[in-house]
Amino acid sequence: MKKRKIYICLIAIFALAVFGVAIVLPEYLNQSIEYINDFQTKTLRAQILEIPHIPVIPFKLGLDLQGGSQLIYDADLQSVEKKEKSEVMQGLRDVIERRINLFGVREPIVRVEEKGERKQLVVELPGIKNAQAIEMIGKTPYLEFKEEKTKEEIDQILERQKNGETITEDFYFRSTNLTGKYLKKAELDFGQTALEPQVALEFNEEGAKIFEDLTSRNVDKRVAIYIDNVLISAPVVREAISGGKAQISGKFTINEAKELVRNLNAGALPVPIKLIYQDIVGPTLGKISLEKSLQAGVYGFLAVALFMILVYRVSGFLASVSLLIYGIILLSLFKLIPVTLTLAGIGGAILSVGMAVDANVLNFERKREELKQGETFLVAVEKSFSRSWPAVRDSHFTALMIALIMFSFGTNFVKGFALALSLGILASLFSALFITRIFLMVFVGTRLEKIKWLWTR
Amino acid sequence: MYFAFIKYRKIFYIVSFFLSVAAVASIFLFGLKLGIDFTGGSSLELAYKNANEVPSVEIVRQTLSGLDLGEISLQKKGDKGFILKMKNISEENHQEILKRLGGLAELEQGSESFQMIGPIIGQEMKGKTIVVIFLALLAILLYVTLSFRRVTRPVKSYVYGIAGIIALGHDVLVPLGVLAFLGKLQGCEITIPIVVAFLTIFGYSISDSIVVFDRTRENLLKAKDSSFAVTVEKSLNETLARCFNTALTVLLVLFAMFFLGDPSLKYFSLTLIIGISCGVYSSIFLASPLLVTFQQSKTK
Repeated sequence: MKKRKIYICLIAIFALAVFGVAIVLPEYLNQSIEYINDFQTKTLRAQILEIPHIPVIPFKLGLDLQGGSQLIYDADLQSVEKKEKSEVMQGLRDVIERRINLFGVREPIVRVEEKGERKQLVVELPGIKNAQAIEMIGKTPYLEFKEEKTKEEIDQILERQKNGETITEDFYFRSTNLTGKYLKKAELDFGQTALEPQVALEFNEEGAKIFEDLTSRNVDKRVAIYIDNVLISAPVVREAISGGKAQISGKFTINEAKELVRNLNAGALPVPIKLIYQDIVGPTLGKISLEKSLQAGVYGFLAVALFMILVYRVSGFLASVSLLIYGIILLSLFKLIPVTLTLAGIGGAILSVGMAVDANVLNFERKREELKQGETFLVAVEKSFSRSWPAVRDSHFTALMIALIMFSFGTNFVKGFALALSLGILASLFSALFITRIFLMVFVGTRLEKIKWLWTR
Repeated sequence: MYFAFIKYRKIFYIVSFFLSVAAVASIFLFGLKLGIDFTGGSSLELAYKNANEVPSVEIVRQTLSGLDLGEISLQKKGDKGFILKMKNISEENHQEILKRLGGLAELEQGSESFQMIGPIIGQEMKGKTIVVIFLALLAILLYVTLSFRRVTRPVKSYVYGIAGIIALGHDVLVPLGVLAFLGKLQGCEITIPIVVAFLTIFGYSISDSIVVFDRTRENLLKAKDSSFAVTVEKSLNETLARCFNTALTVLLVLFAMFFLGDPSLKYFSLTLIIGISCGVYSSIFLASPLLVTFQQSKTK
């Protein structure tokens, strides 16, 4: 490589580092910019050059570091036809999202996740006051209308029970497709006698039609109303009801009826859900975790830098500088992509600091051999990079491969770790193969090059 | 400095053998305790505000009796906190526990953590762990075989893969044995972070072996007249410094993580510390000497 080209690369690296620092620590730079702008107006009395502020991009912290809750609900889609499943899940998502918004949770995430046949709803709530919201999600009622089974069907079930089978299905009623999905609104009502509190339901257009069908085919039979799989009432249908209005008259107290109305209005679930996973981290705990991890990262970095300088002298010092640039690149990547930082991710990043110097160590050991054999500095550097390449490639590729396989695991912890580690491996390759090399090339042809003990032990 | 690795290889085999046997014995004797990540269950952590007001374990148990919590495992965390582990509990019970324990003394706000994992998720994780481990092993074997495909003399390329995997087995067994022992001693459990630590050990151990193999590959092409044993030994000596130095840098950050990092990553970093130390040992004293043993058993 020509000297000029090396200097151009060196400037590019320097620019990259400055750019990285600007992204990672914009607050400090903005302070200096403000100072300069102030200085211009105050002292020079003229705004010669107004330097714009650097946009502040915050790190995206995972729930385990900022505190918050993650909940996973399993949706029971047995009664839903296959082609309607995703639509029902969207409905479910909307209902839950509305519920959460009622509580003013900041930036909630509600998303549907498919696990083969099963569908799950993942709810992420950052911040503190979640206990109430979680409780409210749990209280979202599942409203369902059912119709009578035929006599034969009931007999059959009773027969099966006699034979010792455990029956899990409903004895007398069969599910219909009329659920809380079609509910427009609910109201408290005292009926004609004004004694018994009732809940008046009003369906939307589609629901009204289904309700009409349901009542017309069940004249003189009972239609049962279930809330959260508990039978509330089963009135006998006298005639087909059009217009989409119905009453639930269980033996409610006024307060029970009021709460039911409130919950139904906040949204009734189209299908029943079950909480299968819950992870809550207090914000203080998260903050301590973050501080401790960062501290471990800093001391880990210092220890590695010290070790490299002791063992590889000036080469080690150059490697430490490129390790620092590597750290800056990694952190800016985290901000720019952006990667949600979790404890696991920081763990992976810290680990990658230790592994990042591996390529450097491989090269420096090679260089030492070449220098011992009497090669000149330039040849030793060139040869060490080309000869250690297969080992660097193979060892980094296997590590990367494992990280990618880990990714298929799917849980947040593993994904965070694998992503940070893979990014770390890639950034470390760049820093060891390009940055350290350019640094070394700068010394080619200088007087320092001749002093062997500076470069190797 | 030149070490006669090949000459003393039997001693290294015996050391590895005993380490592995001890690890297997520990696993069978103490058993591996699976965490709630895999079994399902709830785990609640909380801390009191003042260390001198922290109630005793007995009082906490008494306070919680009557609630439908199943069998509770109660551990102290630091001097202010507790970790409770029990079956899957409802959100109401979770709030009730907080209320009752908060009634004993003032709780530190925001220091609570709660995890509830349903049995379905636990099962799913078990299945996934097995698949991922299998995939990782397969990928390693394939990659090593492929990247060493040009080197078929004097041993076939897949032998490198097998030697690497034997070394890997050793690197996994030893920390697993230690974890089983710690499970008995301190209630350490196999959780997802621990599985991740093991997968990382996979990657590290194999890439460590590969670096030595790689040098062997290079030297085989260069010096055609010297014997396989001599070439392997020469390669080992040439890569020795690199193996130790790389391991040291990784261990340095791991120790920083172990002593300064978050307590929840303590067993994670410990597993990695043991696994990576074993990884260095096995890639030098086990994987490469095994190549020679394979080659000699074939020529006999």
